[in-house]
Amino acid sequence: MKQSLSAALWLLAIVAAVVASFAYLQLDFASLFSTDSRAQMLDYAGSFFPPNTSAGWLSKLWQGTLETLAISAIGTLLAAFFGALFSLLAAGRLGNMAKALCRLLLNALRSVPELVWAALMVLAAGLGPFAGTLAIALHTTGVLGRLFAEALENTPPEPANALRAAGASATTAFLYGTLPGVIPQWLAYTLYRWENNIRMAAVLGFVGAGGLGQMLHVTLSLFQQSKAMSVILAMLAMVLLVDALSGWLRARLG
Amino acid sequence: MPVTATRAHWHDPAATPRALLTLALLLVLWPGLQLTEFRPQILFNAQNREVMGRFLAGFWPPDTSAEFLLMLGRATLETLAMATAGLALALLLAIPLSLIATRTLSISALFSGRPSRTGRLLRYPVRFVLIVLRSIPEIVWALLFVRAVGLGPTAGVLAIAITYSGMLGKVYAEIYESVDPQPARALLQSGSSRLAAFLYGVLPNAAQELTSYTLYRWECAVRASVIMGFVGAGGLGQMIDLSMRMFAGGEVVSILLTFLLLVLLADQISQQLRKRLA
Amino acid sequence: MSISLTGVVYTHPNGMRALSDINLSIKADEQVAIIGSSGAGKTTLLKLLATSLLSSSGDLQLLQHNPAQLSARALRQLRSRIGLIHQSPPLPPRQRVVTAVLAGRLGQWSLARACLSLCYPSDIEGARAELSRLDLAEKLFERCDQVSGGQQQRIGIARVLYQKPDIMLADEPVSAMDPVLAEHTLSILGSIARERGVPLIASLHAVELALKHFPRVIGLRAGEILFDKRADAISQQDLDALYLNTGLDDTADQYAAAANNSLRSRCL
Repeated sequence: MKQSLSAALWLLAIVAAVVASFAYLQLDFASLFSTDSRAQMLDYAGSFFPPNTSAGWLSKLWQGTLETLAISAIGTLLAAFFGALFSLLAAGRLGNMAKALCRLLLNALRSVPELVWAALMVLAAGLGPFAGTLAIALHTTGVLGRLFAEALENTPPEPANALRAAGASATTAFLYGTLPGVIPQWLAYTLYRWENNIRMAAVLGFVGAGGLGQMLHVTLSLFQQSKAMSVILAMLAMVLLVDALSGWLRARLG
Repeated sequence: MPVTATRAHWHDPAATPRALLTLALLLVLWPGLQLTEFRPQILFNAQNREVMGRFLAGFWPPDTSAEFLLMLGRATLETLAMATAGLALALLLAIPLSLIATRTLSISALFSGRPSRTGRLLRYPVRFVLIVLRSIPEIVWALLFVRAVGLGPTAGVLAIAITYSGMLGKVYAEIYESVDPQPARALLQSGSSRLAAFLYGVLPNAAQELTSYTLYRWECAVRASVIMGFVGAGGLGQMIDLSMRMFAGGEVVSILLTFLLLVLLADQISQQLRKRLA
Repeated sequence: MSISLTGVVYTHPNGMRALSDINLSIKADEQVAIIGSSGAGKTTLLKLLATSLLSSSGDLQLLQHNPAQLSARALRQLRSRIGLIHQSPPLPPRQRVVTAVLAGRLGQWSLARACLSLCYPSDIEGARAELSRLDLAEKLFERCDQVSGGQQQRIGIARVLYQKPDIMLADEPVSAMDPVLAEHTLSILGSIARERGVPLIASLHAVELALKHFPRVIGLRAGEILFDKRADAISQQDLDALYLNTGLDDTADQYAAAANNSLRSRCL
């Protein structure tokens, strides 16, 4: 009885918060749906159709899609490499001081959203896909570094210990005893993040980091709505395809 | 022991596949590096170094003037309000859509085991709509809405409402299908309306999972609201964008720290509510 | 003298004393079995001999070196000359058998060779030769998790054989094998040790196997050496003293009966 009373009170609090949110934002739905703005919005929406499918634009779209995929792939690859290096430190293999510093670094990398990284990288490296690649690499290093470190901490130490007892150095014992155990998990994490990063790479272009996102931003800014529509459709197709592909892969690998 | 060794014994069978795989990866890597204009040396050229240097120099100390903190506070509230309002609207859309999309309430399935053709004709388009709504990144919606309704949080609220209605709708439908179907079926068989069957047969069992997922999505919405601000939808995101353009490093750091705190706060709230409601 | 222990004591970090006042010397051509009930300290003793553990006090000499006084580099070199066969094989599941066996010489290989061998195994023939002594040559390129428990134990043995150590240690090396295979494996181990002129020290819980395959048997009880005799000089009283009243009386009776049978069969 007490539990459902407290649950009811919490629900009431949530409803109050929702109402407060609307009030605070002073969302003017009335003017939003007034005849004038409705006409304006319908006009704007209508200008997106039909999407531009000229051969020249389609080939540019294809380039943009490839660029987006490349940004996500190279960015994720860099992140996997550096994540692996940092994970060794973060799992405590080189001392507790290094572990604490490393965890802090990885958390910092991970907490800053990719888009903010992209904006920063555009400052550091100029407009274009390189900034996007770096942004993805930085953010994903934080994510993968932590995941990799957890996998390292959960892996049994016996194989490596047995090798060290037979005279192997710490490095070779790691390569032959620990690494074979964690690689499948590391690979799984990397592929999962790559799938996520494809979506991200498409979006980072908004701040000038290349790919389909940049194309969308540019076309919208130049009021070329029908070209923008084809970019959106290309993005949609890419996301749906990647979703389907990864679903199929997951089913096959079980 | 009879010696049946042949030369084939002593060649590693995994060598060829491995070599081919490595070759394939390298062949894909090269164009990839080209496409991304991968030139690390750019980071170190004089012009970029100067720009970055100027920017980083301004990073410390973080800006803590009273005026700025006030703006920060307002922007944080705006971000929170955007996420909450957007999610609430998304719920309004998601609930009816999920009810239509789910197979749990299919009366025709009671008799033949599979929903009827007309049922499917209704369900599949709705499922498709849900997929489209959530596959277009919310920031694209934000960008479009900013153009349509102007700068400010309205665009963000609408963008979240649309994308998240897709996400919530799909997951709700799946949750309905994952709970024990017996109570709902029994009710449908004894002639009750679909809505009643849902409210009394499905909802009691699904409530916990539904609440948990919704609170998780609220937390995501808070993060998304910040990101959408980047394209003009208000809140903390718009502040960071402006501060970066002005090379005001101290402001950027303050906003970033606030963002981190906000995300932590949202995470805590979400966890606490999950414990109490579910 | 390959191995010599004088007054060696080992106490676990939690304060429990596992070995007390161990005095022992083993020459290069000897084959010794260590028997005793569970918890008697057999594994601890073997780990001390393998330098995985450091003695709490006493003098331990392995191949004329005291492991406690060696630099890290010299310790690594000493370790590469001592091979320990583990009771449960420490093999990474997804690693291939050939790589697992070749790992035995990591202490002797340079880093470069170790890395290259990961891409393409650097001594397939060597690994195959050791595996074929244990009738496992055909499993050369299979994954370690695709073979049975007894086969995994033999792969662990093959790894130590490939290492070609100057001291061979074995912790319950045949525990996962059926009696016929166990006998066969123990005689192979014994003949290889003899052939290479290195000492073989093995802990076994099957007393009849110990008495049959090893000319010298040491009985451990509660961390102390109860007896250290030639196998044919061991009497029923010795075994009683070793196993009875350890709180596992039924098992002790079985051990005693089995040992009795083997004693009788040899007397006949």
